[in-house]
Amino acid sequence: MTLGPIFGVLFDGVAYGMLLFLLSVGLSVTLGMMNFVNLAHCAFAMLGGYVTVTLINVYGWPFLATLPLAFLAAAIASVALERTLYRRLYRASELDQVLLTIGLTFMSVGAAAYVFGTIQQPVQTPSYLRGSIGFLGASFGVYRLFLVGVGLSITLLLAFALEYTRFGAQVRAAVDNQRMARGLGINVDLAFAITFALGSGLAGLGGALAIEVVGLDPAFAFAYLVYVLIVVSVGGLGSVGGSFAAAILLGVTDIAGKYYVPQVGAFLIYLMMVVLLMWRPAGLFGRR
Amino acid sequence: MSTVSSAVLSSLALSTQGLDKRFGSLVVASDINLAIPHGVRYALIGPNGAGKTTLINLITGMLRPDAGRIVLGDTDITTFKPDARVKRGLVRTFQINQLFPHLNALEAVTLAVCERRGVAGEWWKPLPAYGEAVDEAYAILKSLALATDCYRLTRELAYGQQRLLEIALALATRPKVLLLDEPAAGVPRGEGAELFSAIAGLSKDITVLFIEHDMDIVFRFASRIIVMVGGRILVEGTPQEIAADARVREVYLGGDAP
Amino acid sequence: MAVSSSAAFDPNLYLQAQTRWQPIEYAFWAATLLPFLLFPHHLVLASQIAITALFALSLDLILGYAGIVSLGHAAFFGLGAYTAGIMSKYGWGDPFVGLLVGPAVAGLAGYATSFIISRFRHLPLIMITMGLGFLLLEAANSAEWLTGGSDGLQGVRIGPLFGRLRFDLWGYTSYAYSLCVLFLVFLVTRRLINSPFGLALRGIRENPVRMPAIGAPSRSHIRTIYTISAIVAGIAGTVLAQTTSTVSLGVLDFQRSAEVVIILVLGGAGRLYGGLVGAIIFMVARDQFSGIAPQYWYFWIGALLVSVVMLLPNGILGGLARLTSSWRDKAS
Repeated sequence: MTLGPIFGVLFDGVAYGMLLFLLSVGLSVTLGMMNFVNLAHCAFAMLGGYVTVTLINVYGWPFLATLPLAFLAAAIASVALERTLYRRLYRASELDQVLLTIGLTFMSVGAAAYVFGTIQQPVQTPSYLRGSIGFLGASFGVYRLFLVGVGLSITLLLAFALEYTRFGAQVRAAVDNQRMARGLGINVDLAFAITFALGSGLAGLGGALAIEVVGLDPAFAFAYLVYVLIVVSVGGLGSVGGSFAAAILLGVTDIAGKYYVPQVGAFLIYLMMVVLLMWRPAGLFGRR
Repeated sequence: MSTVSSAVLSSLALSTQGLDKRFGSLVVASDINLAIPHGVRYALIGPNGAGKTTLINLITGMLRPDAGRIVLGDTDITTFKPDARVKRGLVRTFQINQLFPHLNALEAVTLAVCERRGVAGEWWKPLPAYGEAVDEAYAILKSLALATDCYRLTRELAYGQQRLLEIALALATRPKVLLLDEPAAGVPRGEGAELFSAIAGLSKDITVLFIEHDMDIVFRFASRIIVMVGGRILVEGTPQEIAADARVREVYLGGDAP
Repeated sequence: MAVSSSAAFDPNLYLQAQTRWQPIEYAFWAATLLPFLLFPHHLVLASQIAITALFALSLDLILGYAGIVSLGHAAFFGLGAYTAGIMSKYGWGDPFVGLLVGPAVAGLAGYATSFIISRFRHLPLIMITMGLGFLLLEAANSAEWLTGGSDGLQGVRIGPLFGRLRFDLWGYTSYAYSLCVLFLVFLVTRRLINSPFGLALRGIRENPVRMPAIGAPSRSHIRTIYTISAIVAGIAGTVLAQTTSTVSLGVLDFQRSAEVVIILVLGGAGRLYGGLVGAIIFMVARDQFSGIAPQYWYFWIGALLVSVVMLLPNGILGGLARLTSSWRDKAS
């Protein structure tokens, strides 16, 4: 028995979805917790990407070793921004939050163009991650397998942490009902700061991993923001499972759409999002 | 399933039959039956969390009941949208002020008057052309002693004045049935004089149901008291009956007993 | 509002004073004639500013007055532009005909989508407006037979104004046309804002919960203003197509939708003149910057946006209003 080409497409879609999940989960949880619309989320991803690029091309680091650094850089940057700017706008209108974070994204795009130029960054993935593996007649890219592996491990880690650790319980409580959580003595601000750092760090990691798949240039911060927002709003704010489902759905739809009906292009994605949001404004797995 | 004949129903200003509402396993309203005749002043009391505001939300259409009927006069309004109910004369005020912070009092009440007159959708004539509406709004504000400050932004008004503005907005809609949700909430005893006289001065054509914790107001104004506990109606009766009721006293142990 | 607190101050007189034209408004519109005298070589830019101001005005109607945040308003701008452009390809190039049909198409689209828009708020609303904008962009991109796709609309043939005045590179006709259209539409919107409907819109913005409680059909109001706003945006797009004789996908893209939001917030939303002031500042700044590399523009516009949000939340006009009222308080 051989697998038809559809499995290759599905696999690519799932791999892409894993990437989208990593990029989106942080935003979903922090939006669900504090209702803060952070559209600079993908700028953190871009930061992670550029950190990896710099470490590899300038300092000769091995690829895998740069990943934790990408995570850390994004996490630290997010903490700095949160302390200085974001926390003043927690009670502000959505519009103000949108504008502030878009402004920060613009600044990061400009800064990235200034430092790195506007061309796509060339990065050599290590040889053990190149090529593809044949299985039952279909070929599976090694890098994409790696992506799926990383994505699944992190998903499991997150699910485990949320379900079985005390911190996870605090996060879930704060997403569910912030006032009640505070009343129970949970330090919501601290939980949020940690969650925000973690989420941004994951975005940074996603940005680093994305270089091989979609390339890295200053436009990244905006180009993938749209996809991330789709995942977050369709999956439901504050829901890791929702983000996962929505990311996979989006990844598969995008890849399959480009493969089978290329003339329709991204039309399908946006149509799906609008229809889904109209049916369930709080997202597939959201509350309220 | 109502056992009350329709003739009796239409002599009631407002009635509900078997209203139920739950959020998951939390029951906020269970089998609520109200029968409120025209022109009365009824009070709805009960401990915090009894579901009084929820009941008002159900009656006004901000919440959809899981079961039951709501009848205003002789019309079943159970499926009506909130603004449609207001147009038929069912109006409420809010426990926590729901005002327009950056409008001044004159603009706010004029808006309510214009909505009632159905002219709020007209965009081709300037506001000064609607002198009658403006005069009506000003008169309402004057009756509540808000006229002198009516050009100040709502957010700059004193809290007591804001509470009065809540009532002014409701009056601008010419209610037939008025649901007041803790009208004196947060107003210090000494400053409530205008508020009390405003409530006392409400026309006898208006049927009033008010939620209150302040037993002074309740015993002063209400001809009948309904007691709610845990989403159900515990008992209802005249103030004397309620004051003497042992169950009520038990529920209010340590509370606002007069 | 610094008003004498005399108890006998008649409310009708007060409202008349509120809606009367202020001297500074006369000065503003007189100043719009200055480019003819002072900057005769920049009339094309002036025309662009007027068009952008009109677009920002349309957004102010929904965002500043009704509180509807839309990140997809370029859809109506683009519909107006493409309609006018496509019509001119097939012989209907007279500017006034285009000015009738382009906005009508945009208005119809606005009316249709208003049924969706009026049902949502907060993040879902932002996402849906964004999504609808992208949908239209993708559709326009794919429908190459109609729109020319990414190459832009070919064969646009705009006729001369009144049969005689051509839209040329000198810009006199363009600026005069854009300015007149802007002014006339402004007069209409100013009237609208000062009507009971304008009051209702502000009510929706200030407290959407209270509106149904005073018997207001909020959704119906929102549908009306959204349609009107779409028509005005369509007018702006139509004028752009007519004065430049070009229509490309850029009239529909997300960047245009985001820019107009920035422009409006920069000037100050909910003040009718905010979009106009914002457009002037933004477009002039961008024109100055276009000599320098575009990536620096992004950085500085981002920094400007951050500053406005953190320091001047009501935009420039809001900041000015606060200044003048604090001066007035000190003087009295």
